[in-house]
Amino acid sequence: MRLAVVGCGAVGSAVCELAGEYGHRVTALADSTSATVDPEGVDVEAALERKAEGRGVGTVELDRALGAEYDVLVEATPTTLGDAEPGFSHARRALDRDCHVVLANKGPVAERYADLRAAERESDGTVLFEAAVGGAIPVLSTIADLGPTNVTAVRGVLNGTANFILSRMSAEGLDYDHVLAEAQDLGVAEADPTFDVEGTDAALKCAILANVLGDGETTLADADVTGITDLTPSALDLATDDGRTVRLVGEVVDGDGEPEVRVGPRLVPENGTLAVTGTQNIVQLETRHAGQLNLSGRGAGGRATATAVLGDVGRLP
Amino acid sequence: MVAVSESTDGAVSAYTVRLELVDEPGELLRALEPIADNGGNLLSIFHERGSLTPRGHIPVEVDLEATPERFETIVTALREAGVNVIQAGAERYGEELSVVLVGDLVETDLSDTLSRVECASASVADVALSAPEGTDEPASARLRLATQAGERDRALDTVRAVADEKDLLLVEPLVGADR
Repeated sequence: MRLAVVGCGAVGSAVCELAGEYGHRVTALADSTSATVDPEGVDVEAALERKAEGRGVGTVELDRALGAEYDVLVEATPTTLGDAEPGFSHARRALDRDCHVVLANKGPVAERYADLRAAERESDGTVLFEAAVGGAIPVLSTIADLGPTNVTAVRGVLNGTANFILSRMSAEGLDYDHVLAEAQDLGVAEADPTFDVEGTDAALKCAILANVLGDGETTLADADVTGITDLTPSALDLATDDGRTVRLVGEVVDGDGEPEVRVGPRLVPENGTLAVTGTQNIVQLETRHAGQLNLSGRGAGGRATATAVLGDVGRLP
Repeated sequence: MVAVSESTDGAVSAYTVRLELVDEPGELLRALEPIADNGGNLLSIFHERGSLTPRGHIPVEVDLEATPERFETIVTALREAGVNVIQAGAERYGEELSVVLVGDLVETDLSDTLSRVECASASVADVALSAPEGTDEPASARLRLATQAGERDRALDTVRAVADEKDLLLVEPLVGADR
């Protein structure tokens, strides 16, 4: 397949680096300031080197990348809320040309799912987005295999930053601010951690799951979200005394007709399945005929997430 | 309370109660007395000395025969004697329904919080409060609630409403997850 990769952060650049290994060719690559296009295959190494030097990946405009020859558009620009732009327009432009779209960007799938599916129906292209939920963990393809109607609930620990902070607070008895600063030093938390610690990131992933399982009308605004910023070491101690620990858990459960999305700190058994530590993620599926399925693994990271993107590319018709 | 149908004819049935005992001498006897004193016929006692519940207590399963009315009296007497009844017949009590609250618990009147939770379909089985920084910093409390079968969601809804109104962070148990 010929790939156009838009967005050149950790995921986009890892997709470019690994594409050859998966038998694909990158014919266009764009970051936020520039683009490079070559029907014979972009020199990925040179482009990433340019970017590392602060010069942008290429010398042409983004528009050239979107208009280039490709089979699949890989959308890996940062997630935005509300109208999910410019990610949504990038996806629609590819679909208008009957190209496939693989999203690592959560925005369009969490905030404009119905619009995205409508654009897909008008197109010969297909939209896939495994990388948007749980990084490398094959959550959406497992749900597709089971059949969405056979999955009655999904719950999971879906944000590595929040999970890292909670595991450290619980293990060391340290307060939130202390552990957050440590996580920022380690590069596990962003300078502005709001998106992760307030539960927004987990809620977006749950909105995507709700869309896949339900009527496709769920957005962040429908989610009931509580973050972890008000948790104290003493609260975690009280949980531990009772054989529990606290994790930021996202839940999608069957409501009356439409799935309900809830994200918040929850008590889970200390040695239970959901008590993953550090930056590990876990997703638990309740199924109609197969009981409970637990899928865990790396929920973030450039190369890990890129494997989900390239898995989608291989799954395209 | 245990639901007893009006139309029962007083026939004796077999019941199972699951208890949770503190690991101290005499506790088992103390737990069996309310059964014998109230007309229950002990069939078997399974005392799981080797295993502990998450709270570090010893699980005990007792099979007994009684009329429905007497069984209801027995369960009440057990609870009045301070014995923790986990399960009685088909009715389940206190099934892992622990919650943690964080915030200005003292200033927002902890006893009021407890009594309002108590009013609902649950009774507060125990409370652990932790305020290591004094009353100026947020405190934490763990409540263990005993609920009847089918009342769990309603009990949780009540706790949510109280937490919401008093601006407390509620850490809920995860319903339906592996236990």
